[in-house]
Amino acid sequence: MLAAYFSSLSPVALWNAMPGGLAQGLIWGIMALGVYLTFRILNFADMTCDGSFALGGCVCAMMIIRGVNPFVALLIAFVCGVIAGLVTGILHTVMGIPDILAGILTQIALYSINLNIMGKANQAIPVGTHQMPFTSNITMLGQTITLTFIFDAAIIGILYWFLGTEIGSAVRATGINAHMSSAQGINTKLMKVVALAVSNGMIAVSGAMISQYQGFADVKMGQGSIVIGLAAVIIGEVLAEAILGKRLNFILRLTFTVIGGIVYYFVYVLVLWLKFPADDMKLLTAIVVALFLAVPNYREHRKNSFRGLARRNAKAARAAQNKEAE
Amino acid sequence: MLELKHIYKTFNAGTINEKRALIDVSLALEDGDFCTVIGGNGAGKSTIMNAIAGVWPVDSGSIIIDGQDVSGLSEHKRAVYLGRVFQDPMTGTAGDMQIDENMALADRRGKRRTLRWGVTSKERMEYKEKLKILDLGLEDRLTAKVGLLSGGQRQALTLLMATLQKPKILLLDEHTAALDPKTAEKVLSTTEKIVARDHLTTLMVTHNMRDAIAHGNRLIMMNEGQIILDIRGEKKKSLTVEDLLHQFEKVSGKEFSNDQAILG
Repeated sequence: MLAAYFSSLSPVALWNAMPGGLAQGLIWGIMALGVYLTFRILNFADMTCDGSFALGGCVCAMMIIRGVNPFVALLIAFVCGVIAGLVTGILHTVMGIPDILAGILTQIALYSINLNIMGKANQAIPVGTHQMPFTSNITMLGQTITLTFIFDAAIIGILYWFLGTEIGSAVRATGINAHMSSAQGINTKLMKVVALAVSNGMIAVSGAMISQYQGFADVKMGQGSIVIGLAAVIIGEVLAEAILGKRLNFILRLTFTVIGGIVYYFVYVLVLWLKFPADDMKLLTAIVVALFLAVPNYREHRKNSFRGLARRNAKAARAAQNKEAE
Repeated sequence: MLELKHIYKTFNAGTINEKRALIDVSLALEDGDFCTVIGGNGAGKSTIMNAIAGVWPVDSGSIIIDGQDVSGLSEHKRAVYLGRVFQDPMTGTAGDMQIDENMALADRRGKRRTLRWGVTSKERMEYKEKLKILDLGLEDRLTAKVGLLSGGQRQALTLLMATLQKPKILLLDEHTAALDPKTAEKVLSTTEKIVARDHLTTLMVTHNMRDAIAHGNRLIMMNEGQIILDIRGEKKKSLTVEDLLHQFEKVSGKEFSNDQAILG
């Protein structure tokens, strides 16, 4: 039976699936950079992104079938994402709703909004009549990959520049120490809103690209995207620290966040190739994220554990006893 | 320079935890005054600092800095006028950012933050020069993360950051309380140096009576949300810890109950 299973796996099929994995990984990398901005820089677990990712996809699909240029559609998706981020920001800073809840409220609201935008739950973009820059069409995949690569590089560059500016520094300081930031005259509420807006704008762009890639938008396309974004961020961090160690600088951190997205999609492709049921992918993703999140904790624990100390002390005592017995 | 007029603040009003933290507090500091604030736990020392800094609005009364009523301004807007150092060394700096980045953040206090670079190379040279006054060798570690510094180093850096943009008022809230005696001494002498150099109007909370007597030209003592003693000029110079304890008993009608303050 095992032999039959292995003989049913075709290495050529895996090889052929890799470019698609790379393209999707690069697109999700943009989403991961958005998650990085809130989760790591701002220290804010933003649940809006499931909604803003689908928002980007829905807006982009509707624009394209109405004949809008696909790049303009991306830009409009970005603006819509920014507005979604603003809403979460205002719910949190002005109305005093805790961060996770503020994000969930916007996310739920966006579900209805996305349904309204499309008028139905799923909207196909007829590939024959609409040329799209981020298509999964196998003959055009090389172009899609090149284009997403350029987009990723540009977004990393812009993000690096932004976080180095006065406003960007203020955003970082807000995430690290809000108390100090206020004392230095930083409007921490405004900085949170700014970061949430930029982050969700990026996430919406990623959703818009995915809708072009898969040729349709779905109100549920964002479901669980926060987990995939987190997976990319965390895989990227663990890899970067393992490979670069102390040489890790900020621009490499951002780069590795995108690489984390690519690795995630390679694993995704691999697992599907191994005939793992697609329905269980979200379960698998959750397990992977949980394990990777546990790594730093586990490492710390291994260095500093009561049980470890007790074991070492007991061992030493036994050795001393044995010596005495001799 | 600083004027507090009839400040009231009650926490948890109307509940069983109601605490009248400030009761009709009025105080006027002249330009260049260095005023120390002492008092037992819960006397209102830190509350008065937070009221000036705008951590929350006061219930009534006005706070006037350099002729301008700031009592209606939020914390980050008021920061234009204030340099602050806190008791906890972790509070005053951003641990995950570099020394130069922290200084640049403080250097832009009260200025519009734009999309220009967060730290320029010209500023780095300036900061290197300015760090020398701390005498801690930090000028050679400009790009080190502040989280790697010791409590004393962080506190000294916070002090320098608070005075990069000359503040109208320098607020020191028990800024040496979390340090060991030797480090505390060093941070205090740096404080003296910077305050004298820049002629800063300073309010320093301490629970160490000796420090309160040794530094500054004015001393106020607080008890149960009120200023109960205000000593300045020549009288302050000849003050001793015994005098202070005696006066406290006379004014408040009870014994000073803070062991730490007595031993200090």
